[in-house]
Amino acid sequence: MQAAVDLTRSGLPAAGRARQRRSASWILLAAALISLLALLPLAFIVWIAVQTGWETVSALIFRARVGDLLINTIMLVALAVPISIVLSVALAWLTERSDLPGARLWAWLSVAPLAIPAFVHSYAWISLVPGLHGLWAGVLVSVIAYFPFLYLPISAALRRLDPALEDAAAALGLGPWRVFARVVLPQLRLAICGGSLLVGLHLLAEYGLYVFIRFDTFTTAIVDQFQSTFNGPAANMLAAVLVTCCFVLLGLEVLVRGEERYARVGSGAARQQQRASLGRATLPCLALPAIAALLSLGVPFVTIGRWLIAGGAEVWRLDEIGLALGQTLVLALAGALLATIAAMPMAWISIRAPGPLQRLLEGCNYIVGSLPGVVIALALVTITVRIAMPLYQTLFTILFAYALMFLPRALVSLRASIAQAPVELERAASSLGRAPLKALWSTTIRLSAPGAAAGMAMVALGIMNELTATQMLAPNGTRTLAMAFWSYSGEIDYASAAPYAFIMVAMSLPLTWLLYVQSKRMAGR
Amino acid sequence: MSFLELSGVAKHYGPVAALAGVDLSVASGSRTAIVGPSGCGKTTLLRLIAGFEAPDRGKIVLDGEVLANGGAAVPAHRRGIGVVAQDGALFPHLTIADNIGFGLARNADKRAEQIVELAYIVGLDKAILRRRPHELSGGQQQRVALARAMAMKPRLMLLDEPFSALDTGLRASMRKAVAELLELAGITTILVTHDQAEALSFASQVAVMRDGLFSQVGTPRELYFQPKDRMVAEFLGDAIILPARIADGFATSPLGRIAVDTAERRDVARIMLRPEQVILKRTSREGMSGTPDMLFGEVTESEFAGSMCTIAVRLLNSPDPPDAAAIGNTPLILRKPGIDAPALGEIVRLTVSGKAHVLA
Repeated sequence: MQAAVDLTRSGLPAAGRARQRRSASWILLAAALISLLALLPLAFIVWIAVQTGWETVSALIFRARVGDLLINTIMLVALAVPISIVLSVALAWLTERSDLPGARLWAWLSVAPLAIPAFVHSYAWISLVPGLHGLWAGVLVSVIAYFPFLYLPISAALRRLDPALEDAAAALGLGPWRVFARVVLPQLRLAICGGSLLVGLHLLAEYGLYVFIRFDTFTTAIVDQFQSTFNGPAANMLAAVLVTCCFVLLGLEVLVRGEERYARVGSGAARQQQRASLGRATLPCLALPAIAALLSLGVPFVTIGRWLIAGGAEVWRLDEIGLALGQTLVLALAGALLATIAAMPMAWISIRAPGPLQRLLEGCNYIVGSLPGVVIALALVTITVRIAMPLYQTLFTILFAYALMFLPRALVSLRASIAQAPVELERAASSLGRAPLKALWSTTIRLSAPGAAAGMAMVALGIMNELTATQMLAPNGTRTLAMAFWSYSGEIDYASAAPYAFIMVAMSLPLTWLLYVQSKRMAGR
Repeated sequence: MSFLELSGVAKHYGPVAALAGVDLSVASGSRTAIVGPSGCGKTTLLRLIAGFEAPDRGKIVLDGEVLANGGAAVPAHRRGIGVVAQDGALFPHLTIADNIGFGLARNADKRAEQIVELAYIVGLDKAILRRRPHELSGGQQQRVALARAMAMKPRLMLLDEPFSALDTGLRASMRKAVAELLELAGITTILVTHDQAEALSFASQVAVMRDGLFSQVGTPRELYFQPKDRMVAEFLGDAIILPARIADGFATSPLGRIAVDTAERRDVARIMLRPEQVILKRTSREGMSGTPDMLFGEVTESEFAGSMCTIAVRLLNSPDPPDAAAIGNTPLILRKPGIDAPALGEIVRLTVSGKAHVLA
């Protein structure tokens, strides 16, 4: 609506103005429609609960099994998240603020574990230590697989800190440790909160990782339930509890984050940060990133390498691998394209016409995006089976699920790049006689193409490594890399699974590098 | 008895010498300004005194305690030196009250009262204490930073261009208020600035810095009227520099015979006058005749800028030029009050008040 006001100022004739306003409202309508579609899974969980009736619902929710799962899930999050925070803060400080030898290499090695799907981490560990299982195994592999989600924002925030604040605290009589606790750490709060939320949501959504090490969470229980009783109310009610857990995490993050401002006060460029001299502590300090890299990269690479060597040439069944690769690429690209197109109206509105309605719509998308894939998949199975049977297990449904799950990823990149395309260009194109949508296409969309491409890449990466939703929704006969990997490793044929793991990692590495470079650039270096 | 003593302090960043061996002595309770163009090493010097960095060579002694000697240095948090940075460096995650009380023990007696008192001393309203740094104006942020540093009852206060981010009007009043405040509290102060007027008006001792060395250290008056060399002279204000022959306490120059501040005799020398020493009196071409020992000029440019007017005066006769070519036709640039400045083309008589300074 803001856009309509702005556009009137550019002095268009009355008819043109009306057309402009109409196109803006079309975009708003599209955004609203997409948000409503995104809310579909949530709405269905509520509808099922209502239909099932309170007695059955309470009988399905308040039982020992759910209590056990809840304890498992809470323990997992309560242990893995704080450990990841401590590890990430320590690594970020060493790589960004100390004179650790090879700091840049260690920084990259702290991000690289993201290139390895969580279930591949777990596969590597279980074939190295076959007895690994239970809570502590879950915590270990979770931390190893997901700590980069915390490392990335924390190291970026550390780079941006104004060193003058630390100097000021030292001049006020605080020693180095107290300066860190009272000045540095509080300013990392936003990064820690955001990263913790991301890690927490991934822990709730992860399936493959915990199956390998036989640790039951809500997600594994829902899939089990689905496999035994299909989309019965039991599975749906477990999903409802899982959704509640997600909301609790989202709410906790809002509470802890607060509304404080941590930006730099004052003008002018900040002074270059000084790196602390480690001195004699250099060697012990080197041990931390070295051990982290060994556990998070060394173990998977050694294991995959070992299985590849053990399997020899015969595990490279090229026709089968080629087919899986082709299907994965088609699904990933189509899903990424759909998610990006779906994100466009929302991204455009949030930059060009921000307002309370837009914030509400955007919030819907983020909430749905934070739901575990298994919940969205289960809801879509229920909807298609009950209402639109012909759509069950079709390409349409799986792509729709991908779009819902990964829309936030596309949205974030698109928003950032649209924000950098000045609205004046759009107006100039209009004043040169382009119709509104054509003007939009030839200016803003063209300029935001690199950002959109980066967003698409991130979505494609997510789809490539997605397992649960793909298994539940993809058309019969679909076999993606992740699915092939999963079925071989399920048959304990670890050697045959190795080529798939290798391909997934090899395809993820460049995208992870992109993420790393982007985070460096955002911090202004 | 000097309170702070620096001797031979040097600091390198890679191959670049930020400080090339600096000596300075600061008296207890005094105010010293270190002034120089940006990149001259003045901020580095301040950071060495504060203890944020250690010098490569040299010694820093405060009140008899060795703070730094060669590579060994007492860390900043054990020095008891207050610092106010350029933009205040307030902690954005704390309220103003917590910023001011940051250095005080959290369970200290009367912590709240102390904070209120400090806020009062630096002229901040009590209502502001609950706010956050970003809600304050630049001047208020500086006051908070000052109160925060004063809470520690520092032996020495370092001000790193604290006024440069403020508006011109606010800058002068803040400077005056801070000077009075620190004087009252009896805190020895060092101000780093690139603004010469600020340095001259704030301090009792001024050190002009260039390329990592002090060019000259002295009182503001000494530095302004008796600069050691051309660089110091021109850095601290407009200067007229003329070739001259000096004997018997007088210089023979293109501006005639001018009293100088030295008794020595030199055949080739340069003298410096501040433009305000040159006094203009309106006359006419007719008035010039028959007065061969007087000096006349013609106004060739006049640029009105409100209170002041910048005019260029071309000398019409030079009674005794030792080296006429040296001055040639270069006009003198003078700033005069705008209200009664001679207009373009007018003939003026020039006289010099006070003594000229002989440059080394």
